[in-house]
Amino acid sequence: MSEPLLEARDLVRHFGAVPAVDGVSFEVRRGEALGIVGETGSGKSTVARLMLRLLDPTSGTISFDGEDITAARGRRLKALRRDMQMIFQDPYSSLNPRKTAGAAIGEPFAVHGLHTGSGERRRAVQELMERVGLAPEHLNRFPHEFSGGQRQRVGVARALALAPRLIVADEPVSALDVSIQAQILNLLRDLQRDLGLTLVLISHDLSVVRHMSDRVAVMHRGKVVELADADTLYRAPKDPYTQALLAAVPRLQPSSASGASSPSSS
Amino acid sequence: MALLEVEGLRVSFPTEDGVLEAVGGVSFSVEAGRVLGIVGESGSGKSVTALSVMGLARGAQVSGQARLDGRDLLTLAPDEMRRVRGRDVAMVFQDPLSSLHPLHRVGRQVAEAVRVHQDVTRAAARARAVELLGEVGIPEPARRVDAWPHELSGGMRQRVMIAMALANEPRLLIADEPTTALDVTVQAQILELLERLRAERGMGVVLITHDLGVVAQVADDVAVMYAGQIVERAPAATLFAAPEHPYTWGLLRSVPRLDAPRERELVPIQGRPPSLLHPPGGCRFHPRCPHVRERHRHVEPPLEPVAGDPRHSVACLLDAPTRRELRQGPVA
Repeated sequence: MSEPLLEARDLVRHFGAVPAVDGVSFEVRRGEALGIVGETGSGKSTVARLMLRLLDPTSGTISFDGEDITAARGRRLKALRRDMQMIFQDPYSSLNPRKTAGAAIGEPFAVHGLHTGSGERRRAVQELMERVGLAPEHLNRFPHEFSGGQRQRVGVARALALAPRLIVADEPVSALDVSIQAQILNLLRDLQRDLGLTLVLISHDLSVVRHMSDRVAVMHRGKVVELADADTLYRAPKDPYTQALLAAVPRLQPSSASGASSPSSS
Repeated sequence: MALLEVEGLRVSFPTEDGVLEAVGGVSFSVEAGRVLGIVGESGSGKSVTALSVMGLARGAQVSGQARLDGRDLLTLAPDEMRRVRGRDVAMVFQDPLSSLHPLHRVGRQVAEAVRVHQDVTRAAARARAVELLGEVGIPEPARRVDAWPHELSGGMRQRVMIAMALANEPRLLIADEPTTALDVTVQAQILELLERLRAERGMGVVLITHDLGVVAQVADDVAVMYAGQIVERAPAATLFAAPEHPYTWGLLRSVPRLDAPRERELVPIQGRPPSLLHPPGGCRFHPRCPHVRERHRHVEPPLEPVAGDPRHSVACLLDAPTRRELRQGPVA
């Protein structure tokens, strides 16, 4: 098997005296979707920020494409930002309310000095918008004019702008209504397949993670307690915490069969 | 007679841009000892429905009836309604931190809830508070009675809120997204608690949620709301086994499920819920419905029993054989 795209070794991150991440190692394979699932305080969001070098680890190392990036600074870090992008939970708070969708999506180009001609940049932005399912007339709209699902599409387009190799999505659908969640999940899946992206999906939602991931890491109190193929992990969880977590998820199959009358189905 | 009978409830809010009709004529009932789940997305009117029944929908124009044991709550004077609230009907909200007073010890808040409706001494109210905290599964209640809200976890705070709601043994409990802010393992404990209280006290429960899984697990009956109206109503087992409304199909097909094959495709509902300032004519779901016919754009579908099952109602203009065909067997 080829070398992993990203590798975390013995990551530790303290906030004050408290270890939010307490000795975490895993690899992200090229082209895979890795799910990281856990409850509040499990350390999953801190791991996301450590991977992307948005936070410095207290100890441990992170390698990207075979290179130790734990201490990358300045120009090297800026170049890394092109390769690794993040999608956030709340697209509203992560977008500048005074910038149009077009400006928000084109901003990474400006920061990195790409597509400098205005006509060229506009075309690049329009291509991205089409890619994520936004209509051309959305170009000049402001965040408040969009629904939650559309704002998340803007967030996805922004993340795609620099053609990153790794996308880390932190609770990308938790703030969205049920009927809209599937739109965004399907979009992320299509992008991953079509563009050969590597995706790390962070979520508290065990069903979402199962649906989207090839492999799944379960975090609890700052540690990865189990990491396995999605099929294996959900079929035969080994760690007692994983088992407890799975047992707690409400199933759509109702418990009682009181008065069920199912005509053609069953 | 059911414990709660809501009939033709309409709730609208005057706004700068016109009248927003949040609830457009809903009817349902809740029996003692049963759980009615009201499921819907944001803007479906599910929370406004509950607040209106409680007399808590501020600035709203409310019409219709909401009879608790035959007595219409919507016509009560404010001071009469205050006596009913907490004593006969109590409510639990999503976010226990913002509903608890941060500067009062939790025991005092529970004791106050007792004293609002019962003429008892402070000492007796405090003793009752300890008892209630124990009943909702808070360990060491005699010690925790003196805790501050911020010292408790989200799950423990929600238990305190439930203890307050139970203080006067209400016959009906309305819980609005009671577990949405909680972790899944804590959610399971709170749902179990609600289930136990329902069984032990014979309380009627209205459980409002966006989470189909929660409804499937806890509710006896389910009402699905969309754009201010109930589009389908049935016993829970029936609703999940044989849903009749295209919106219900859409919801079920759009969520990933642990009990379905992993590779099952999600089918999103296209578009988004309508603005209630300018709701679409005819069937309110028609702009998003894959099975829309011309007639559905201007004829409003009534909520009517499904042939052969008086307990299952649907508001859809498609005829029954067409719906059966479209449903294509189990939606699961």
